[in-house]
Amino acid sequence: MSPRTLFDKLWDDHVILSREDGASLLWVDRHYVHEGSHHAFGKLAARGLPVAQPALTVGVADHYVPTRGRTPATPEIARMVETLSQNAAAHGIRLFGMDDPWQGIVHVTGPEQGLTLPGMLVVCGDSHTATHGALGAFGFGIGATEVAHVLATQTVWQKKPLGMRLRIEGATGPGVGAKDIALNWIARLGADGARGHAIEYAGSAVRALSVEGRLTLCNLSIEGGARCGMVAPDATTLDWLRGRPFAPVDDWDRAAEGWLALATDAGAEFDREEVLDAAEIAPLVTWGTSPEEALPITATVPDPARVPGPRAERIRAALDYMGLTPGRPLIGTPVDQVFIGSCTNARIEDLRAAAAVLAGRRARVPGLVSPGSRAVKAQAEAEGLDRIFTEAGLEWVGAGCSMCVAMNGDHVAPGKRCASSTNRNFRGRQGRGARTHLMSPAMVAAAAVAGALADVRPLLAGRAA
Amino acid sequence: MAGWSRHEGLAVALAREGVDTDQLIPARFMSTPRSAGYGGFLLHDLRRDGSGALDPDFPLNRPEAAGASILVARRNFGGGSSREAAVYALADAGFRVLVAPSFGDIFGANCIGNGVLPARVSPEDAERLIAAAPCRLTADLEAGTLTGAGAPVAFALDPVWRLKLVNGWDDIDLTGAHADTIAGFAAARRAARPWLWPG
Repeated sequence: MSPRTLFDKLWDDHVILSREDGASLLWVDRHYVHEGSHHAFGKLAARGLPVAQPALTVGVADHYVPTRGRTPATPEIARMVETLSQNAAAHGIRLFGMDDPWQGIVHVTGPEQGLTLPGMLVVCGDSHTATHGALGAFGFGIGATEVAHVLATQTVWQKKPLGMRLRIEGATGPGVGAKDIALNWIARLGADGARGHAIEYAGSAVRALSVEGRLTLCNLSIEGGARCGMVAPDATTLDWLRGRPFAPVDDWDRAAEGWLALATDAGAEFDREEVLDAAEIAPLVTWGTSPEEALPITATVPDPARVPGPRAERIRAALDYMGLTPGRPLIGTPVDQVFIGSCTNARIEDLRAAAAVLAGRRARVPGLVSPGSRAVKAQAEAEGLDRIFTEAGLEWVGAGCSMCVAMNGDHVAPGKRCASSTNRNFRGRQGRGARTHLMSPAMVAAAAVAGALADVRPLLAGRAA
Repeated sequence: MAGWSRHEGLAVALAREGVDTDQLIPARFMSTPRSAGYGGFLLHDLRRDGSGALDPDFPLNRPEAAGASILVARRNFGGGSSREAAVYALADAGFRVLVAPSFGDIFGANCIGNGVLPARVSPEDAERLIAAAPCRLTADLEAGTLTGAGAPVAFALDPVWRLKLVNGWDDIDLTGAHADTIAGFAAARRAARPWLWPG
């Protein structure tokens, strides 16, 4: 057999059959559903179909769950959470519901529980499903029609995406994390730069990342337009997975051997290859309304007068929405509030990174810290991180998608500026008229301390980040 | 879903880049049952002010856009979230054909599942159509062209997607024909790698 990439191996292993037109029917190892899956359950009910493989389907309440107390913000929001419980019960699906001690954001809970394993094909009606690729899985988001199809058949029709290797070589500087690596490549290639591609993240900077960092990196694949993103399983992956509740025990050695064999073969070819120098990556923030509109924190706000064509129009519109003045430094831009949370950056390492900046300091603006899962919350509290956040003046709340997607009632008010560890700075994402600046959790902490966009690096001087 | 191969209708322009799914339908509307209709949510926060009143200057709100079924936009249309509600909003508002230099991958798949054509054209052709709109256009799936505004514009569409649109295929029915093959695949997989089935 000719040399194959990690993605080739994952793809080949899931093909049940291929059609002449190029579409293949793929087996789904793990299907996560959440409150938003109600459309798909409705489609299933309308056809009177059962869930084909309830044991391979896992429900997680995250998008609509309250993060303050256990009472949903409105009856309608309560109904969304309740409908998921009803659908899970009716179909015999394991559910991490609102009151489950392991509840969390689906892309945090799944890997953390060992429900996502290397070599799996993972789907979910959520675009950030690429997150699971961090463990060497083939994870991608699907819409409601495809969710209904997976529920009914445990399969999905796909055409094989092109392969792209994104190598990040060298060592990142202090204060630079996976979020910065991701925003860097998205800013360079564009929000649709990797459209139609499956990305394998490789290179020494990726190998050096913890699994948490890899989860952040893969999570943001969709923000560069990629179908999915993944990292080959290695010793770091195995160490992280061993002993997780749903990870194999008796079969561990046999499973692990197969996982390590997933790595791209020497001589395997990619349709496209990009290389970044890790040493050149600075802490980034977004200034506009797309994740591609990101710059090093030391830069100035772009000036549309210096850019030709429709691009200038786009910049002008983004700056108008964001309330920013062309040419002024990003550092010092006052923020009204901060948010640390989301499937992108609310894992234990993210909270540690933010706490390292906030310890012994006060936030000048209010903010919310929402851990990615109740397990992360418990861990953070055991480490005393919650006290660092509350003593800094920030609010320590429950786990869920919260202010990243503003569906549960947590939102940013119109015209307010939020430094956010989330994944999308789209218009209205955090609430109508909300102005979002994406950045790493450490950079959010720096913004909290300064009350403005700030470079985290000086704040880390003399501290163990 | 009924298949189709030609669509003739009024084209309007939304001359913007990166119209993401959060703009196509803000998240707060997504708990609505589909039967209630999603057309009124389309581009809600761009079309309406804080009180809910329509902005008369927004392209889709102008009288000459009434009845439009073809929408032309700039690059990266429908990027972002996997919310199929973005397509429900477009389809329920009467749109059958979307034209842009690039689309979000998941959004494209969602379009096909709802009988909506995401027609990929060159940036130059998109600009030409934006300049020509509002105008009548005909989308021909077999020929892969948009005609009606000067020289025909060729659009790209994955052949798998073209077949699905033309035939109006329902994937669940299609897959049902392979039930035995799928069952065999599942059984072999479970025997070889039991850990894939959580205990």
